Amino acid sequence: MSDTPVSEAVAPELPPSMYGVPLTDSRGQRVLHPTRAQYVATVRALLDDTFTMCADLTAVDFLTHPGRPLPDGISPERFEIVVNLLSIERRERIRVRVQVPVDDARIATLFDMYPGSEAMEREVFDMFGIEFTDHPDLTRILMPEDWEGHPLRKDYDQGRIPVQFSTDFPSKEGAK
Amino acid sequence: MTDIVATIRDGNEAEQGLKPRSELTTRELLREVGSVLRMSEAEAAKLGDLPADPSEDQTMIINMGPQHPSTHGVLRLMLELQGETVLRCKPIIGYLHTGMEKQGENLTFMQGGTNVTRMDYLSPLNNELVFSMATERLLGIENDIPERAVWMRMLLSELNRMSSHLLFMATNGMDLGAVSMMIYGWREREEVLRFFQKVTGLRMNHNFIRPGGVAADLPVGWRDDVLHLLEMIPPRLEEYDILMTGQPIWRDRLQGVGVITQDEAVALGATGPVLRSTGLAWDLRRDQPYLHYDQVEFDVIVGTYGDAFDRYAIRLNEIRESIRIVHQILDHMPGGDYRIQNKKVTPPPRARIDESMEALIHHFKIFTEGFKVPEGEVYVAIESPRGEIGCYIASDGSATPYRMHVRAPSFVNIQCLPHMMRGGLVADAVAVISSVDPVLGEVDR
Amino acid sequence: MGLVTDIRGDGFGGIPHNAITAKLEDLVTWARSRSSWPASFGLACCAIEMMATGGAHYDISRFGMEVFRASPRQADIMIVAGRVSQKMAPVLRQVYDQMMEPKWVISMGVCASSGGMFNNYAIVQGVDQIVPVDVYAPGCPPTPETLIHAIETLHQKIEDGELLKRRTATGAGAGIHVTEIPAGAQPMPVFLGSR
Repeated sequence: MSDTPVSEAVAPELPPSMYGVPLTDSRGQRVLHPTRAQYVATVRALLDDTFTMCADLTAVDFLTHPGRPLPDGISPERFEIVVNLLSIERRERIRVRVQVPVDDARIATLFDMYPGSEAMEREVFDMFGIEFTDHPDLTRILMPEDWEGHPLRKDYDQGRIPVQFSTDFPSKEGAK
Repeated sequence: MTDIVATIRDGNEAEQGLKPRSELTTRELLREVGSVLRMSEAEAAKLGDLPADPSEDQTMIINMGPQHPSTHGVLRLMLELQGETVLRCKPIIGYLHTGMEKQGENLTFMQGGTNVTRMDYLSPLNNELVFSMATERLLGIENDIPERAVWMRMLLSELNRMSSHLLFMATNGMDLGAVSMMIYGWREREEVLRFFQKVTGLRMNHNFIRPGGVAADLPVGWRDDVLHLLEMIPPRLEEYDILMTGQPIWRDRLQGVGVITQDEAVALGATGPVLRSTGLAWDLRRDQPYLHYDQVEFDVIVGTYGDAFDRYAIRLNEIRESIRIVHQILDHMPGGDYRIQNKKVTPPPRARIDESMEALIHHFKIFTEGFKVPEGEVYVAIESPRGEIGCYIASDGSATPYRMHVRAPSFVNIQCLPHMMRGGLVADAVAVISSVDPVLGEVDR
Repeated sequence: MGLVTDIRGDGFGGIPHNAITAKLEDLVTWARSRSSWPASFGLACCAIEMMATGGAHYDISRFGMEVFRASPRQADIMIVAGRVSQKMAPVLRQVYDQMMEPKWVISMGVCASSGGMFNNYAIVQGVDQIVPVDVYAPGCPPTPETLIHAIETLHQKIEDGELLKRRTATGAGAGIHVTEIPAGAQPMPVFLGSR
């Protein structure tokens, strides 16, 4: 997209790290990259620093796009947990991205700090299969209880019935 | 057919259901309650579980929904009752799960609006707006959207807020027994939908706000239509005030029902009228302004008691504030383009396709292959009638989003239901759900 | 009309057909079509348009249908309005089974008719995989006028008695004929039933 006008937003000078973990800028938004071990401590530090609302907790499966840019020292894994926090006092947002490997798809829960993350973590478990240790009720939330598989993973097919005479794009993920 | 019938099981979803209080450990019970207020277990124990009547120490678990006239869509609630008092409540969702996020990964950014707009189907333009804003942020063109497009987006967004709140008044009234309110609310909403049909071509699920601007210009005579709306609705709102706000029955049914405190609401992530009813004046239009909301004057309506009546009053007055904003938009609306003139993002005008080969090719490529969006990830949030709706898009440089996630306000607000219903009567459960105003399309996506 | 002889199996269809019972049949089907109560089965966006149809502007009360019965036992028509997810499918079947004969189903919107734009793992591709459908109303969502057209088509079918013979145990839907129109033929006009 070389000839698309990119707005000349002045990128603020960001320190390389904050709260002890690497900090990057993503389209003018701050993103922290703790490791799984540093995850809870980082979020606790944010909570104590007026980020009292967990706006969103979700995950991304980078199976078919492993080469995304990450700061030094962070090794990419298949899953990434993305937490968006909001500070009402300071009117600021910040994002936390944690790498989670697929063979040990487990991470700590934020329920004790942010009770509102309960449903969001259940949805991530349902859609991706990532377990949250010490979550009060880790069951499927959107799919039926006996559903097999985790739909939002990249190796799970969309489940289209083939339609005649349509411009079917080649599907990005391999069929299950 | 028989195969399908045979394989349909009891459908009990036992694991997703509510376990009786007697089967839970004390720690689990206290965690349910205490963590919300960020208390230790000892302090939560002092909150007191509701006094158990020694002669009636058996609790009942009943199931409400998913098909029920009083739940807003297919929401299933499991309530643990002691007599008529609700002890615990668990919402079970997923009955409208549509796989929209998965589908969004296979639709181009131009088609993404059709998908996203059906999530919160009561305010579809807001869904499209947040998706378009996230896409534009990734493209880097968020400051280049023409003025007319921005003001048009604001106009449509505010009118959508009005139609959504009018529907809230209608369904809230009907849920509480004021059936004529249903007819009145729909009557007003029809007028707004008629305007939408004139502008966007559809009454609902418009796919009108697209990355780069809007899909088409405002039709001739739109100003008169909007003025007609703005003249017609305020006197009707006065009627609702007479019918409901001052009426003792209405007040008794709503005041003190479904109370939530400010700490609870913030801890649970509730936003929108639910959060504002607790007294916290948080409105993204004012606190993190997007579009040109910093150039219009409006008040943020705030409640005091955090009960259902406050939420009703907030929404009623938000309609009035929206009317005020629309008046100002009418004054500000400039001329100009209705979408960014960037050949790679927005299709060329139809007339040019006959003249220019390049225009034809761009049109073809945009609509079949889609425009490519540079790699990155972004989260953009706006204020929908229900709260903060956010769109998180992670792009890998191709023409379809790599991951498209929508943070739905109702999904998070529904977590407030157990805390609102605790200690209340089962007959108030309907009032509580109605006051939170969930839309199951965005809860389940 | 009156094609079968077993009254227990087919109600009025089982009475031997003569001049008197024909008039009675007409009366019964006329009454049924004028006062068919829908079961509220609004799921998604189409439910909003269904409620708009019940509102004052479009007013299905003219057709005797403004009372949306909450209990399926009291309902005649089930208007499946919205997309049916995998989790909802057993519930849909249960509600349909609870309805008393005679009952009809209108599949409102493209999601209910065929899965609509959601051709994926989560949505049942057409509610006629679960319940037999009598009238399909296309649209996303169908405007209230389309829904009224669908309702009137169904009413005409009820009145004509084409659906009087109830579905047998196989649960087959109303007999749908597919005739191939050769290319170049004149467009067929739409008419509501035979009269």
